[in-house]
Amino acid sequence: MNSLILRTTTMLLITILLLFSVFLLLRGHDLPGGGFIGGLTAAAAVALYVLAFGAQAANDMVRVRPRALLGVGLTAAVAAGLIAVLFGTPFLTGHWLIIDLPGSAEVKLSTVLLFDVGVYLVVVGTVLTMLFALEGQ
Amino acid sequence: MLSAVLAAFAVALVAPLLAQRLGARAGWWLALLPAGLFAWYLTYLPAVAAGESVLEATAWVPRLGVTLAMRMDGLSLLMALIVTGIGVAIVIYAGGYLKGDPALPRFYLILLGFMAAMLGLVTSDDLISLFVFWELTSITSYFLVGFKHQYADSRASALQALLVTAGGGLAMLAGFLMIIAITGSTSISGLIADPATLLASPLLPAVIVLVAIGAFTKSAQFPFHFWLPNAMAAPTPVSAYLHSATMVKAGVYLLARLAPVFTGEPLWVWLLSLIGAATIVAAAGLSLFRRDSKALLAYSTIVALATMVMLIGLGGEYAGTAAVVFLLAHALYKAPLFMVAGSVDHEAGSRDITALRGVGRAMPFTWAAALLAGVSAAGLPPLFGFVAKELALEALLDTRAWLLVPFVGAGAVLLLIAVLVAWRPFAGREIQAPKAVHEAPLSMLVGPLVLAGAGVVLGFAPYLVGDALLVPAAAAVIGAPYAFDLYLWHGLTPALGLSALTIALGVLLTWRWRALHDALRARLGDSRVGPAGVYQRFIDGLVPFAQAFTRRVQPDDLRTHLTVITAVAVLATGLTGLVKGSLRLGLAHTPGYFYEYLVMAVVVAAALAAVRAHRRLPAITALGVLGFGIAIVFVFFAAPDLAITQFLVETLIVIIVALVMMRLPRHSLREEDNRAVRAVAATVATLAGLLIASLTLAVTAGPLDARVSDFFAAESYPSALGRNIVNVILVDFRAIDTLGEITVLVVAAVGVYALLRRRDRSRDPHDVEPPRGSAASDGGDT
Repeated sequence: MNSLILRTTTMLLITILLLFSVFLLLRGHDLPGGGFIGGLTAAAAVALYVLAFGAQAANDMVRVRPRALLGVGLTAAVAAGLIAVLFGTPFLTGHWLIIDLPGSAEVKLSTVLLFDVGVYLVVVGTVLTMLFALEGQ
Repeated sequence: MLSAVLAAFAVALVAPLLAQRLGARAGWWLALLPAGLFAWYLTYLPAVAAGESVLEATAWVPRLGVTLAMRMDGLSLLMALIVTGIGVAIVIYAGGYLKGDPALPRFYLILLGFMAAMLGLVTSDDLISLFVFWELTSITSYFLVGFKHQYADSRASALQALLVTAGGGLAMLAGFLMIIAITGSTSISGLIADPATLLASPLLPAVIVLVAIGAFTKSAQFPFHFWLPNAMAAPTPVSAYLHSATMVKAGVYLLARLAPVFTGEPLWVWLLSLIGAATIVAAAGLSLFRRDSKALLAYSTIVALATMVMLIGLGGEYAGTAAVVFLLAHALYKAPLFMVAGSVDHEAGSRDITALRGVGRAMPFTWAAALLAGVSAAGLPPLFGFVAKELALEALLDTRAWLLVPFVGAGAVLLLIAVLVAWRPFAGREIQAPKAVHEAPLSMLVGPLVLAGAGVVLGFAPYLVGDALLVPAAAAVIGAPYAFDLYLWHGLTPALGLSALTIALGVLLTWRWRALHDALRARLGDSRVGPAGVYQRFIDGLVPFAQAFTRRVQPDDLRTHLTVITAVAVLATGLTGLVKGSLRLGLAHTPGYFYEYLVMAVVVAAALAAVRAHRRLPAITALGVLGFGIAIVFVFFAAPDLAITQFLVETLIVIIVALVMMRLPRHSLREEDNRAVRAVAATVATLAGLLIASLTLAVTAGPLDARVSDFFAAESYPSALGRNIVNVILVDFRAIDTLGEITVLVVAAVGVYALLRRRDRSRDPHDVEPPRGSAASDGGDT
């Protein structure tokens, strides 16, 4: 698809969409969002890029092999579960580290978040693996 | 005990690295593992000799009540010492036998892994962990039999061994699960201590048969005996270790372990003694056809195992004692005989006993080991094998004398095989062999000589192991302590007379062997009858059947594929619903807002448009509209997470399907199908729609059980620190489900990748590094 309008809008949208996907991932525990939704959003953003510029260009932009995301994501999710085991609790129990910041802000780090990041990466990796494989022929 | 098994696994894992580092001396160094374990197991000897059994339980899945319980009693200790003691000899021997083989590091990994699994098997006190170790030994055996995987024979034999033993393992698992369901416990020692519940159950015959099938397949009993001679495709150290001394004894071990539970049950007694007797007859008869030294030894192993099965089935104090003594004696003579046969093959170039003569002149030490082990195997005094055979004869005389007929015949055949393997190729004035014969290297002499020597020492002094080891081991089989003394000389008893008869028959058989062997081969040859033929026909038929079935229900045509899946799902669910009468529909009407009707109208219109579309792009677009309509319904009912996911999935599906369609030929959807195909598709689709609609109505008809959702709503913030219940369920409450789902995603993605990549390997954008500086806009114009 050799469309100037599509390419121009894609260049504008891609950054926002990818940032938005991370935003969705991070806020997911309290508000609509999460790893699945964030991952799908990021994948949709790359899909848009594929439509506008082709798979080769999209692949250059993503830089990592989508298959590597699959492995890293699954490892992160399992690691989140194993951290709980290290604490002597059953596999996949949530452990939290809450850091208070000046003002009333706080940062909540958790194995649950790590797990959700794993979900995010697997979802992105799955869709992109399929997209690139389809377009790569 | 668990730590010993884990340590063995750990060493097995690093063994390939060590083997590469140490080169030719690797065998000697790696033998330190079994040697160390042997010494460690010996420390249990005082406690076991005192009649105690040492228990050790480690929580595994505490919520489910699964523990890794290990137990050391006489029988376990005897097996553990055999596994580690013979393991030392085998690891050293393998270093010489497979010297220079580039796959030797891998060989050590699997061999030591097998040893670890076997140790786990014989010290497990839990039915489930015993099963896991049991199957691990089958799998390692598969890799070891198929070690020379470049040969089709090796691969077929490995697969056969795996299918038979693992298939039997599944039968055994079914039996175990029945035991667990009946008694409510997985503990083996608990079962032995209190078998009353199990014995009173109407399922008892099924339990006995299933467990026995597991043991019979593993120990190569009739009609599953055929895999063991074929497993001789494995390198000789494997045959000596797995297929004579240890793994094939796992079946015997299991029967011995459970003997106190079932002893006296008529089915148990008859099943074991009859199968044992039948196996003896079959294997003894079949061995007469063979002239390959390893195949002959395999048949003699089957005969020996069958003898133990028979003795365990008979039960009682004599038979239990005899089984245990025979177990040790057999391990001590059969492993060296295999190693000797392997050495001859290695140094003289053949395993055909008719092709070899006078090899002993060049290989005096190998011959010495062969003779010592052979005399014990033949059941001649003054070796340990004789002590074992005398006990077995007395046990049979004591209980069911008619079983003496197969046993005496078996004794004659065992003597024949011992002569054929340990005497015939070595004796003679002139050397006849396919290649120049040398004595085997030290590494291939130590094991056979030491093990065969142990048979001599124990023949003269059986009390060395009697009270400390064999009495507690026999007590585990009998179910009660029973003190006995082992003697070489029992006096002029009926058993001695039978022994003499056995030897006389054996000598006669040996004298006429060549004529008998040639006549049998000429008459019957390699006819494919019996269980081996059944197995072959089963395997030959299985693949064509699977192919035909797959072509029928999962053809390349995607629509047929989907039609079959949907039709099966609809029929299975729908018929169940109708038969059980559970499809009670709630048809109460609740008026909705006008915009809800509007969205519904759009959804219906989109569905009709999709069905009526002539070309693919309009069809998929219509489906996309339908999906978005449903997502809007989720928005109405305040399910934002669901709605967002649905929107994104619909978008991606349209994009991916559009990409797929670009590769398909352009023609009308209608032209491809005739009326009949469309009619079937329409019927299945309509039924599926009706079913889903009625299921939805049926579910909403009843009151919703809100306990789970109330719990999630109440606990979401207090226990999981999250306010979005959907996400908390996904990543915390039911995180293990999510873990399963993303694993499925990964598998699916890899599958898609492999399928698409297979068509065209050369043009793959992820693997071909793009030339530097190529502008992004140069990407493929699709």
